[in-house]
Amino acid sequence: MNKKQKNALYRILISAALLILANVLPLPYWMKCAVYAAAYLTVGWDILRKAALGIKNKQVFDENFLMAVATIGAIVLAVVDGSGDFNEAVAVMLFYQIGELFQSIAVGKSRKSIAALMDIRPDYANIEVDGQLEQVDPDEVAVGSVIVVQPGERIPIDGTVIEGSSSVNTAALTGESAPRDVNVGDEVISGCINLSGVLRVKTTKEFGESTVSKILELVENSSSNKSRSENFISKFARVYTPVVCFSALALALLPPLVRTVMGLPADFGSWAYRALTFLVISCPCALVISIPLSFFAGIGGASREGILIKGSNYLETMSQVKTVVFDKTGTITKGVFEVVGIHHNKEEAARIIEYAAHAECASSHPISQSIRRHYGQEPDRNRVQNIEEISGQGVTATVDGVSVAAGNDKLMRKLGVEFIPCRSAGTIIHVALDGEYAGHILISDLEKEDIREALDALRSVGVTKLVMLTGDAESAAKQVAEHVGIDEYHSELLPGDKVEKVEALLRELGGGKGKLAFVGDGINDAPVLSRADIGIAMGALGSDAAIEAADVVLMDDDPMKISRAIKISRKCLKIVYENIVFALAVKLICLILGALGLAGMWAAIFADVGVMVLAVLNAMRALKTK
Amino acid sequence: MKKSYKIEVDCANCANLMEQAAKKTPGVKDAVVSFMALKMTVEFEEGADPAAVMKDVLKACRKVEPDCEIFM
Repeated sequence: MNKKQKNALYRILISAALLILANVLPLPYWMKCAVYAAAYLTVGWDILRKAALGIKNKQVFDENFLMAVATIGAIVLAVVDGSGDFNEAVAVMLFYQIGELFQSIAVGKSRKSIAALMDIRPDYANIEVDGQLEQVDPDEVAVGSVIVVQPGERIPIDGTVIEGSSSVNTAALTGESAPRDVNVGDEVISGCINLSGVLRVKTTKEFGESTVSKILELVENSSSNKSRSENFISKFARVYTPVVCFSALALALLPPLVRTVMGLPADFGSWAYRALTFLVISCPCALVISIPLSFFAGIGGASREGILIKGSNYLETMSQVKTVVFDKTGTITKGVFEVVGIHHNKEEAARIIEYAAHAECASSHPISQSIRRHYGQEPDRNRVQNIEEISGQGVTATVDGVSVAAGNDKLMRKLGVEFIPCRSAGTIIHVALDGEYAGHILISDLEKEDIREALDALRSVGVTKLVMLTGDAESAAKQVAEHVGIDEYHSELLPGDKVEKVEALLRELGGGKGKLAFVGDGINDAPVLSRADIGIAMGALGSDAAIEAADVVLMDDDPMKISRAIKISRKCLKIVYENIVFALAVKLICLILGALGLAGMWAAIFADVGVMVLAVLNAMRALKTK
Repeated sequence: MKKSYKIEVDCANCANLMEQAAKKTPGVKDAVVSFMALKMTVEFEEGADPAAVMKDVLKACRKVEPDCEIFM
């Protein structure tokens, strides 16, 4: 508890003690009044002050005003009817303050626990000055500096390892607890914790541009994107309070007038009391606090699992997703090309790959890289001469005096080599040696191991349509789509076509309740990410562009996270609706009972504070995502 | 231009009232107050001087919630 809260607690305790004394001690009437007054003012003076300031500033209808009017009204009634029973007035104020205190503690707690989740801000960076380590502000480290990260420390800035090897824990960023090994030459990402060895890291970015800063910025800004529910509640609160106040006024004046006209006793006292009960119920606190708290907790809980949601509006949309569109590479497949087969003609497979790897030794194309990886050794460049890359076709070179051509159908046709087409789906690299066809290498982008489970999980959370978009050839697309169980696929698309396809799918949904999510790897798909109802970028760790463009960022490339994100958002929205319905229902019932004279002020204040406590406790459930 | 400020406020409804007050202040194009993050994000009109505008924003906020604070 902070100072303010302690202060409030003391006032509540003193006031409660005074209230008990006033009831227990056999005091003369005027002494009793004095003790009641002391109890009332101890706990309620700040409410009275704020109510007075509110009237002065022409901001009448706030909860302070309501509480002030209700309690003063109750005191006046007690004086007028001569009962001298001020318990109700003091108790209402007392319970109101207990509720406020509870709310303030609960909110403070959730703020702290969410802040702790996102506590990835590094406090310092170690730089070496004359052989001594010196701690400096990460903000002051220039790009290209060498920083030293010791075991147990957080990597403060993105960079490349130049010395040392270690394993790093990325749990704070991805929710993934298995450590990742890093060696010289590997990129390391800020926010990860270095576990075992000392690392020397050459920074590649400034602190402000590093992953950790980007993520913190995203999380901090997420609260300014408000959801429809939040906007509804703040609008509702603005209308609700004045409406209840005027109803209270009507309740105090109209029935007695009608009774007078009908010749009955006016009974002003009891109608005034019912009106005051109305005022106690009119405070919208439970709603106003629990809705943003639920969203805040939901976003916090998701970020602990490596799912960053850029605002409660996106959380809301996420919960209504019915169609999920995948950009194949990097989401359904790993985005890493691998040699999956060598179909040879006369030569041995090993020789084909050896020649191909040497011919492709200078190329940085992903296909060439996959061939070299499969070869398993570093090609000896001294054996290779006359390398010629033919864009969009392949490579020709002389290896050990043999002229090698490696490339697609077009290259073979150009060279006049007769080739055997391959029936398997994937990228085909034909190899010709000295103008004679030797065979072909089949390269394909591997499916993620758990993609089928991930798609099943999506269906089980209510996604009705799964669509795959790809720039790949029809045959490759068909094979993948059938194998993983996609409902619909579109192949041979250019980046611009993907936007069109998504727009067509959006039209199909017809802007109704069901929303469309687009999942991409964040590379080259910014236009589609922003066109979809909700853009999800996966494997975004270290990719600024993806973090900027997407609405939801999955820090690693685990496809199961998509259904997790939908589940988390559903749970959060369910809590929000529960709170809205529960709070409104209780208030409405109390208003009716109050108007009929069946519920007194005691019941009203218990209902008010009780609903708030329950709503806040319910909201905190959103933090638990398991 | 957008800037965000740390704020101090005790109740969620007061935060909503502060948002309303800030939005109505001349020189402010849009304002969002997050009670949970205790942050006010203000988008200024073009050519407005943020320091001067924020003074008015604070004044307006104090009117709706006497105990609030905006840290500039």
